[in-house]
Amino acid sequence: MIKTAVRYAIRDAMAEEMRRDSSVFLLGEEVGRFGGAYKVSQGLLREFGDGRVIDAPITEHAFTGLGVGASMAGLRPIIEFMTFNFAMQAIDQIVNTAAKTFFMSGGNISCPIVFRGPNGIPRGVAAQHSQCFASWYAHVPGLRVVSPYTSAEAYYLLKAAIRSDSPVIFLEHELLYSKEFIIPPKMEVMPLDKASIVREGTDITLTAFSICVDHAIKVAEVLQDQHDISAEIINLISLRPIDKPTIIQSVQKTGRILNIEEGWPVCSIGSEIISIVCEGAFDYLDAEPSRICSVDAPIPYAPNLENAALPSIDKIVRAVKKLCGKR
Amino acid sequence: MRAEEALDIYYKMAKIRAFEEKAAELYTKGSIVGFCHLYTGQEAVIVGISQNFTKADSIITSYRDHGHLLAIGVEPRYVMAELCGKITGCSKGKGGSMHLYNRSRNFFGGNGIVGAQVSIGTGLALAHKYKSTGGIAFIFFGDGAANQGQVYESFNMAAIWKLPALYILENNRYALATPTERSTVRNSLKKRGDPFGIRTICVDGMNLLEVIQKSRDAANQVREKLEPLILHVDTYRYKGHSMSDPEIYRSRSEVDSIRKTRDPIANFAAVLQERYGLDAEVIEKIDKDVMEKIEIAARFALDSPAPSEASLNMDVLL
Repeated sequence: MIKTAVRYAIRDAMAEEMRRDSSVFLLGEEVGRFGGAYKVSQGLLREFGDGRVIDAPITEHAFTGLGVGASMAGLRPIIEFMTFNFAMQAIDQIVNTAAKTFFMSGGNISCPIVFRGPNGIPRGVAAQHSQCFASWYAHVPGLRVVSPYTSAEAYYLLKAAIRSDSPVIFLEHELLYSKEFIIPPKMEVMPLDKASIVREGTDITLTAFSICVDHAIKVAEVLQDQHDISAEIINLISLRPIDKPTIIQSVQKTGRILNIEEGWPVCSIGSEIISIVCEGAFDYLDAEPSRICSVDAPIPYAPNLENAALPSIDKIVRAVKKLCGKR
Repeated sequence: MRAEEALDIYYKMAKIRAFEEKAAELYTKGSIVGFCHLYTGQEAVIVGISQNFTKADSIITSYRDHGHLLAIGVEPRYVMAELCGKITGCSKGKGGSMHLYNRSRNFFGGNGIVGAQVSIGTGLALAHKYKSTGGIAFIFFGDGAANQGQVYESFNMAAIWKLPALYILENNRYALATPTERSTVRNSLKKRGDPFGIRTICVDGMNLLEVIQKSRDAANQVREKLEPLILHVDTYRYKGHSMSDPEIYRSRSEVDSIRKTRDPIANFAAVLQERYGLDAEVIEKIDKDVMEKIEIAARFALDSPAPSEASLNMDVLL
């Protein structure tokens, strides 16, 4: 059992798929000579050459469209966005062509492409570089949207994403790149549409993805140690489709649910989780299904304001105690 | 060109003209709904350029795509059925007029977002280079799309990476209702490749023989030099931007005058008579055959069943 940082898990997944399948290539800003803005693709240029590890000019709109075209023609591009904030320049190509072509062509033409890069709030970089796009992409039929937390998830999910014949949005997190996890050996790929139960509990279900799973784990310890509340944690992993059965089964057991995310509250992943629970487990609920999000404002720069804007251990603990009727 | 070939080319243009006129009729009757962008007037562009397509090449265009699909040999009935939203359509009724595709002929749409096909087409060119297919990408776009930023982002990448892309700017003079003089500084569409070192070849798109010859030169250069090239095509659309366009931006006499003097089909009919000594009856017979074929296509489309509601959730994810 060896520990691997998330950044190397992502790199290794790409390298292995590129060795396995010559139609897989990586394209993005600074992915080649510079080794990636977050050093995720280090070493790939040396192994695969500049025909398969392609440094793109700062031209997100067209290089995304170019990737989509290459995927239609039978290649399997991995398009790296330096951050998902910059994918906004290219979102038309993702939503209008990558996601819809398979449907619009009556199943004739598919777009096997992965769009990946850091998403969410990396701290201290202000509003234009701090945003979670999970609910934006999760809204769109024709896309798969996944967001790994551990190195194992990053590794096995990315391999599955590259092999998927549908376009996959792969949401990473800058603050997780250096975090180390044990990767269990002898797995093939992970299913792209399954949540995972990180911790079993009986009093409340906490759902989260990406870095918020980290919050949930810390919160569960505090709840257990200080408040005698047993929290079950579901790492959502897939945001489209969302693994409804896992969530509903858990709420049938716990009777309570709180979703934690860095995105804004309106039309959030939390909104969707609450709908799923209301529609699928209404009679099992002992408290209103609830959510913790970032506050409904652009993310500020000043550290004290930024802290106040984001989900925190304190906020989550308070919310759980309220739902569980504890002071 | 031999007489049979010339006749075949005439047949292809007449087929597109008849198809589009039938589509207009079915639209007026309510069998085709939504957007329907006709290609009448521009037939020589796709028919001339498609003479240079090889099996290895790929093609992509905008929403004004009926003529392109017919020119590569897709049967009119499958296209008409798609326009009518029928299960027998080339996209099973799910795409409609703007979203026609044919994977086996490397035809990748039909894209409804102005200019999007230029980036996607540049990706097709990248795939040709990556896989060493020997083919090139034919990327069609209009004078309206020519003002989209992604076109120039694409030119830049095609130039630095030497991609086998032939960019075909079909300048039909109006971006919806805006004439190029009002949308394009100093009428610069013929110079848009200059900053990227991409050469532009200009062609009269109403003159079929010129389109064939100059597009052949252009395609050959892209194949040989493995670098991008632009073909600027001066053409004209007879109908509105789409069927719902009242055309208040141009005079009837402008359209009539071009129809009278520059019509690509009438002019090529004259070539057939003068250069090949073909009788008017031969040409009339082709016109009649084409009309019959299009009538059959329309009947096929109208008689076909609509897609079942069960197909609503199909072809979404793989």
